[in-house]
Amino acid sequence: MTDPVIVASDLGRRFGETVAVSQLELTVQAGEVFGFLGHNGAGKTTTIRMMNGILTPTTGSARVLGLDPMVDGTQLRSRTGVLTETPSLDERLTGRDNLTIYADLYRVPKDEVQARVDELLTGFDLIDRADDKAGGYSKGMKQRLALARTLLHKPEILFLDEPTSGLDPVAARQVHEMILQTTRQQGHTVFLCTHNLVEAQRLCDRVGVMEHGKLVALGSPRDLARQLVTNLTVDFEVDASSVPGALQALTAGGVTASAGQQAGTILVSGAAREQIPDQVSLLVNAGIRIYGVTPQEPTLEDVYFALHGEEPVQHNQAEVIQ
Amino acid sequence: MNWRAIQALMRKDLKVVVQNKGVIVPIILLPLILFIVIPALVLFIPSATASANSTDLAQLLAMVAPGLRDQLVGLTPDQAGVVFFLVYMMAPLFLIVPLMVSNVIAADSFVGERERKTLEALLYTPTTDGELLAGKILSALVPAVVVSLVGYLIYTVTADLAAAQIMGRALFPNPLWNVLVLWVAPAAAGLGLTSMMLVSVRAKTFQDAYQTGSLVVLPIVLLLIGQITGVLYFNIWLTLALGLVLWIIDAVLLFYGRRTFHRSELIARL
Repeated sequence: MTDPVIVASDLGRRFGETVAVSQLELTVQAGEVFGFLGHNGAGKTTTIRMMNGILTPTTGSARVLGLDPMVDGTQLRSRTGVLTETPSLDERLTGRDNLTIYADLYRVPKDEVQARVDELLTGFDLIDRADDKAGGYSKGMKQRLALARTLLHKPEILFLDEPTSGLDPVAARQVHEMILQTTRQQGHTVFLCTHNLVEAQRLCDRVGVMEHGKLVALGSPRDLARQLVTNLTVDFEVDASSVPGALQALTAGGVTASAGQQAGTILVSGAAREQIPDQVSLLVNAGIRIYGVTPQEPTLEDVYFALHGEEPVQHNQAEVIQ
Repeated sequence: MNWRAIQALMRKDLKVVVQNKGVIVPIILLPLILFIVIPALVLFIPSATASANSTDLAQLLAMVAPGLRDQLVGLTPDQAGVVFFLVYMMAPLFLIVPLMVSNVIAADSFVGERERKTLEALLYTPTTDGELLAGKILSALVPAVVVSLVGYLIYTVTADLAAAQIMGRALFPNPLWNVLVLWVAPAAAGLGLTSMMLVSVRAKTFQDAYQTGSLVVLPIVLLLIGQITGVLYFNIWLTLALGLVLWIIDAVLLFYGRRTFHRSELIARL
């Protein structure tokens, strides 16, 4: 286990009567891609601001890269990169100017600025439009330029606030690949704020779920799924001719089952993991030959909705037989 | 202080400003009118004085401060009109230039940045609050002082050319205006800037800030009226004192503006 690079202890922030973040306890390890999930207004952006020393906490404290953001903010921000929710680009400046000016602000060595800017413009596929004003770029290009700006000074931690918000699927995928490339290959730690659960599932080692300023769940997507999603869907593979008998046996045993979309499959929904052996027994005792049993792993979406007491949309489910 | 970061901030603000017509048009138009068009009006003074009766001019001169009247003794009516107009009347009007230039650039820099949603990225850079503020101040102050100096050079040429036939000598440069340009104009630029720092706390848009900030020219208008009505006139001592008062006001406004210029406050206002 590596040392934590982010530690939040009882971290909180109020705006008047509104509690934006409350009693946040959190650690993020070096090299980890940590997903910070929650609805709009859940407190994600406020947390990033406090962790970078640009917003004073009203309670508790944070340490990032061993530094107190409110005391060593300048030093800290030279080692972190933040992609804000809106690209925050100067749209009247060219893409190249946007990067060159920020390279100076991020204290990139003078003799390296040009090469670094060209390297990023090339890497983010913007070199052909580098001397056009950023205001004329597509949303995806703006987001890529903003991400390139975030990486100018080779930060040790990347804070990404809704990096694919408002992007079309192709542009979002490009951004995902760039995040994976810059993290997996270069070893950056990533603190990813998102309400896109598919994105979090795809990119994150661990996630924290925020609700009304409070951290309500923390763990790897898989662990959270096991803890929080008790109702699994299990896929049984049997002979196509045995499906009616299998459904009858399961129903008689008090199990909710349905025929799957593919011939010879049965879906058992609402099952706990520990009930699977009993369901197998019911079928075996009824003389059904079983060729496969596949519990469908719950997704982060299932976790998220379980936390909020809601049901996600059911997949692959045909007619339900009680 | 990290001067490289401050220079980068200035470069950024100025590159943005020159592409904003709402900012660049007044910066070009106002000096053009004050330093070229208005001095050229002096060419029409002989015909104006010929058509007006000598009592009108005498009445005007009777209204001005006694000290100013003394400055015009021994001059022909045309010459008195030219000196009164180009040297004394234009002195307070000249101050509008540094005031407005710094005011409008500061509006774009402080409020426009927030309106364009570019401030947040800036706050995440490893610059100190002091460096951010210095960058913002200098990006408004330096152009205002440069425009004033260049404007004075242009005014010197156009005013002397326009007045040459009537005066038979050069009126500019002269000690009064040298003090005005080198001592008072930077202070006036500072007033335009520091007043905008305070306005920016409440203003939501560049237009709001620009309109509210424009009220800062009112003291200049009062100086102009004061000179016409004989309450005061621009001699070197008054000009030195005016500069001192403006620098003190700048310092006070900067002190209060600095108190609100903290990352935590700026981000909370977004």
